[in-house]
This record gives sequence, C-alpha cells and structure tokens, in this order.
Amino acid sequence: MDNLVWIFLSALLINNFVFSYFLGLCPFFGVSGRVETALRLGLASTFVMLITALCTWFLNTYILIYAPYLRLISFIVVVASTVQFVEMVIKKASPALFRALGIYLPLITTNCAILGFAIFATNRGYGLLEGLIYALGAGGGFTLALVLMAGLREENELSNVPKLMKGTAMSMIIAGILSLAFMGFSGLFSSS
Amino acid sequence: MIEAWGNHYGCPYIFEGCKKKWKKLIMSSTNSYDEFLKGIWKENPVFVHVLGLCPMLAVTNTAINAIAMGLATFFVLLGSSILVSLFRNLIPKQVRISCYIIIIATFVTVADYSLQALIPEVHKELGAFVPLIVVNCMILGRMEAFASKNRVGLAIADALGTSIGFVFALLTLGSVREILGNGSLFGVSLFGPHFEPWIVMLLPPGGFLMLGLILLFFNWLTERAKKASAQLATVEGGIS
Repeated sequence: MDNLVWIFLSALLINNFVFSYFLGLCPFFGVSGRVETALRLGLASTFVMLITALCTWFLNTYILIYAPYLRLISFIVVVASTVQFVEMVIKKASPALFRALGIYLPLITTNCAILGFAIFATNRGYGLLEGLIYALGAGGGFTLALVLMAGLREENELSNVPKLMKGTAMSMIIAGILSLAFMGFSGLFSSS
Repeated sequence: MIEAWGNHYGCPYIFEGCKKKWKKLIMSSTNSYDEFLKGIWKENPVFVHVLGLCPMLAVTNTAINAIAMGLATFFVLLGSSILVSLFRNLIPKQVRISCYIIIIATFVTVADYSLQALIPEVHKELGAFVPLIVVNCMILGRMEAFASKNRVGLAIADALGTSIGFVFALLTLGSVREILGNGSLFGVSLFGPHFEPWIVMLLPPGGFLMLGLILLFFNWLTERAKKASAQLATVEGGIS
C-alpha cells in the first residue's frame, strides 16, 4: 500500500511529467491558454493514459517477451489506436462529452506524455495495479501543470509585459519558475 | 549518323539541351542549398518554431548528451525523410500519418539499439528519451510539410539542414548549461577547482530558464533585423 501511495505522489508532484521530465510540452505551451480547456485536455490525457496502461501491461506480459525489438512500434500503434477507439466510443456513448473534448482528443496521439508514460512504466517493471496508479498520478500531474500554467497565462495576458518577452519566451521563464517551485517537493519523502 | 552529329543544324539543339540541363541542375542545386540553409538559421526548428522541445530540454544538461541526442535525431530524420519521399506516391492520403509514424518508429528502434551497442554509458544517461524521438513533433512536421511533397534530393537537403539546426540548438543549450552548472565543457574542467557550480542549471528548471533566455535573444535579433530593413526601405524610398 505504501508503495502505491509513493508511486502516485511521486508521479503527481515530485517527478511531475511536465516540470521534471519535460514531457507533453507541446500542449503545455500550445493549449494552456485558458483554464477550462486546459482542464479538459488534462482529463482526456489521463483517461487515455489509464487505457494505455492496461494495453501496455497486456502487451508486455503476453507478446513483447517474444519480440522485445517491436516494443516501440507496438506502443505507438497502441497509443494511436487507443485514441481512435476512445474517440469512437465517446462519440457513440456521450455526444456531449465528445463535443466538450473537441479537437483535443485526436491531438493526444502525438503527445509525448502518453508514450513516455508507457515507456517509463515498462522500464520500471510495473504490474497492472501499479501501472494504473502510475497512470492516475502522471495524468493528474499533467493536468495540474496545464491548469497552473493556464491560470498564470490568463493573468499574464492582462499585465504589461515587455514586447520582446511576449509569447514563448515568457511562458518558458514562467515554466522555469514553476519547475523550481515543484523541486521543493523532492524533500517530501527523503526523511522517511 | 556521324554527319548528323557534325551537322551544324544539330549543334544548337545539343547546345540548347545542355544549357537546359545545366540550368535545371543549377536551379535544383540552389534550391536544395536554400532548403539546407534555411533549416539552420532562418527556420531553426527549436529557436524559431519551438518544436521538438521534449527531448531538447531533457537531455541537454551536458554537451556530450546533447550531441548524442542530436545525432540520433539526425539519423532518424534523414532515414525517414528518404523513405517517405520515395514512397510519397504510394502512401494513401487517409492513413499517411500512421505510415509516417511507423516508418519513424522503425528508424528510432534502429537508433536506440545502435546507441546501446556503441556508447552504452551515454545511452544509459539518455534513458527513455531516445525512444521518445518517435513523438518529436519536429520530425513528423518535416514529413508532413516537406518530405511527402518533394523529391528525394530536396528531402535530403531539408533533412540535413533541419537536423543541423537541431544539433546546433541542442549543442548551444547543452554547452551553456554544462559550463554554468558544472564549470566544464565535454567533461573538461574550464575554470579550475575554485569554481562554484550553479547546480540549478543542470536540473530541469535550468533548462526552461536557459531556453527562455535564448528565445529572448532570438526575438531581439529578429526585431533588430526588422528595424534595420524598415530603415533601409525608408532611406531607399527617400532617394527614389
């Protein structure tokens, strides 16, 4: 149980996917303009991560032990088809949610956070339950980062920023400061 | 037959043909030269388009890692550009993205295994970020925007230029971070034992802050160039 809590918190705060692994930066800088869209994208990614965790566990246990060199290709195909599949299911089951997610669902395919999650989980040899908890933590951390960034950028729109700093340079420096703040969490478990 | 060759009526045609061929050759070479150059500076994938950030920031804490990552990306980009460009008429439009991704993933697997065999220490440090080249949006972007529409020669030139630009960006960031954070370059100590290392530069925040500063510098350069050309235009307008 301790182990599971540790996996969750580590992925959520200490080894946050955005601030310490630099994964999923494209949506982080591209989409995080408004808090609401950021939240939706984060939740959609978490959902896809959970399904990917199931699929990669299945692949790792039953198929890839016979052909380890196919790992990368099979993972990327799994991620792409999971996204397609989820898109179809949501469209059929709940059109309202589908409309709410909009363009962000297909965009998740090329999100390195998802593939990175699959590779990290495999490298650490997580089982099914650990993988699912790790997916929850990583997705939650990703959502947290997106929402924080979106909030800061909404404020930033209104303030008087030097002309040269506008755009990505400013976001990058904000991200650096946020990342510094998240480094503080690394002391959380060191004493115990 | 010999008469036909010696016939002075034939000469201009041959000459014309030659000239056309040369012109084509020169044109195509200037084109590929342009494609090659623009990737390095004017359309630098990292500093101007801000693409391919994930591997870029994660592995640039030392110059050696940066170079290894740059070379792996270079190999993948070149190989998949050639393949995509060769098969551009065979790949159906509807499933093109999946085809590109599978081609890229194949080359990345090759690069991953080669790095593991050739330089195991560096491979260990790069860790999971070599497989992540697959989702580097810079590579997929070049496939979609260029290699799938142009012939092989141009695609190769574009791939070379873009990846040299990428390596240049990685190396810049990697060297600056290593010098500030560790006082060394390529593992060679620069400032002697009394240097107080600025550890944050090696950690994730340093990557964000440094890239932010470099982007700022690029903004300043483009702004200055714009101002200079505007001034030139007004001066020329005044003369005429």
